[in-house]
Amino acid sequence: MKTLRPDLAAIAEMIPPAASVLDIGCGDGSLLEYLTAAKGVDGRGIELSQQNVNACVARGLSVIQGDADTDLAEYPSQVFDIVILSQTIQATRSPRTVLANLLRIGRKAIVSFPNFGHWRIRLSLLALGRMPRTPSLDYAWCDTPNIHLCTIADFAALAREQGAVTERALAFGEEGRTHPMSADSWGPNLFAESAIFLLHAGGNAPPKN
Amino acid sequence: MAETANPRFLRTPVAPGGDPGQAYDFALPLRLDCGRALAQFTVAYMTYGTLNAAKSNAVLVCHALSLDQFAASINPLTGKLGWWDVLIGPGKAIDTDRFFVICPNVIGGCMGSTGPAEIDPATGEPYGLTFPLVTIDDMVRAQAMLLDALGIDEILCVIGGSMGGMQVLEWASSYPHRVVSAIPIATAARHSAQNIAFHEVGRQAIIADPDWMGGAYQRHGTRPAKGLAVARMAAHITYLSEAALQRKFGRALQNREAISFGFGPDFQIESYLHHQGTSFVDRFDANSYLYITRAMDYFDLAADHDGSLAEAFRGTRTRFCIIAFTSDWLFPTAENKRIAHALNAVAANVSFVEIETDRGHDAFLLDEPEMFATVRGFLNSAAASRGVK
Repeated sequence: MKTLRPDLAAIAEMIPPAASVLDIGCGDGSLLEYLTAAKGVDGRGIELSQQNVNACVARGLSVIQGDADTDLAEYPSQVFDIVILSQTIQATRSPRTVLANLLRIGRKAIVSFPNFGHWRIRLSLLALGRMPRTPSLDYAWCDTPNIHLCTIADFAALAREQGAVTERALAFGEEGRTHPMSADSWGPNLFAESAIFLLHAGGNAPPKN
Repeated sequence: MAETANPRFLRTPVAPGGDPGQAYDFALPLRLDCGRALAQFTVAYMTYGTLNAAKSNAVLVCHALSLDQFAASINPLTGKLGWWDVLIGPGKAIDTDRFFVICPNVIGGCMGSTGPAEIDPATGEPYGLTFPLVTIDDMVRAQAMLLDALGIDEILCVIGGSMGGMQVLEWASSYPHRVVSAIPIATAARHSAQNIAFHEVGRQAIIADPDWMGGAYQRHGTRPAKGLAVARMAAHITYLSEAALQRKFGRALQNREAISFGFGPDFQIESYLHHQGTSFVDRFDANSYLYITRAMDYFDLAADHDGSLAEAFRGTRTRFCIIAFTSDWLFPTAENKRIAHALNAVAANVSFVEIETDRGHDAFLLDEPEMFATVRGFLNSAAASRGVK
């Protein structure tokens, strides 16, 4: 078994054995493959790139070509134990609708995203006056797929607006280690390169369809 | 009650060395969707590989409109290689060293299974148009009875393209507990208006041929060869793509330097289509073509479930892998994806693969390494889930 990317390993650690899992934006399927082999999960994936999808299916994974923005509405409510959206929400057209769907489809949702509030990004914009480029967000403003970048504080506010309950929040640092964090404190928003949230729908969640 | 025998073919085999396969004669009735029943019927079929002791390694292959049970071996009637020889065989994506492959000829067909060209035991005459209309559901019901007869309860995988894919969907919907995994390829859960339209052109070509004789051509000793050839020519265009036709033929002329200012086959594409038409007439029965195209036209899985395709699959535990081809305009990606969406709506285990090719609908019969890799990976995973080595 290949070693997982550290942020994916942190997500995997949150998933109980034999859970039913939907990985949205599953890429080359490495997380799904790991979860199937190591935790015996019933895993499914959605992936935008047809090339990635075909490679996943050829490796025996259940993956469908699809788009988080358009294809989540057709899933019934509360059918997966965990729905994962890893490093993808910032590339969706409507992060609000996507998050609402995650909370509806899954009993729990795991969302990870790059933190646009990181000090190096803030400093880069201040010092250079150009849209920041970092090793993990290495795109020019005009050709980036990341059309809805946010900070940890922004995401925490959206989750609150959706009535979601944050069970765990992890800050992912430069040294590749994760730290538990309070989603509303200023420190992680300045120092974390990315964040991972484990959420579930709260009592005042949007109506299920 | 029933017995296995050599199949009876309508024509004499040209490749007598080819394995003719088996035929199962059922002495019990096959009830049909049209309300009638066949009091007795025969299913001709081929098998490849060996059924394991647990009877857990069976793969059912469903054939398309104009094909037959000779999926992976020399067709004794044409002498040609099996139509899915690229996919099925020792070490291939459907590995006959591991899996037991069964490919039956559909009811209504003309390769040994009961169809309109066979003798009606009640009259001693060929059925012709007295043969009842059959549906995809009927074809599948006959296959289920064959598997019962062979003592196979659970199918590891049911796979097929085009009309074969329709049978795959019907199998998964009608016998969910018997189907571990399903691979519908280049297909749809309903026949579209455009597809019905093309079929009607083909049928009218056959019916307009004076040699069709109201369907009783066997009794009159004639054969509607021209009509059937035209039907095949029109259909064959729908199996290809504009890009592939242009790439292969363009405006190239056939054995001549210049256009002839006449109606002979000036262009290579015309000559190619003529060849497709005439070679088809040698191996296919015209009435069978009418019946099977009609079965496809009638196929609408959602209609059988109050208009909801998702309902056709509610509660299913079957794993699905749907495969579509980018240039297939007969069963386009959107139709295949509709099936995937319906399966998602009932939280079924579904994969969807679209393969980039310019070869149109017929791509599913061709050397498409991405399709082979998909089938191999998916089938291995299904086999692992059932402990099939």
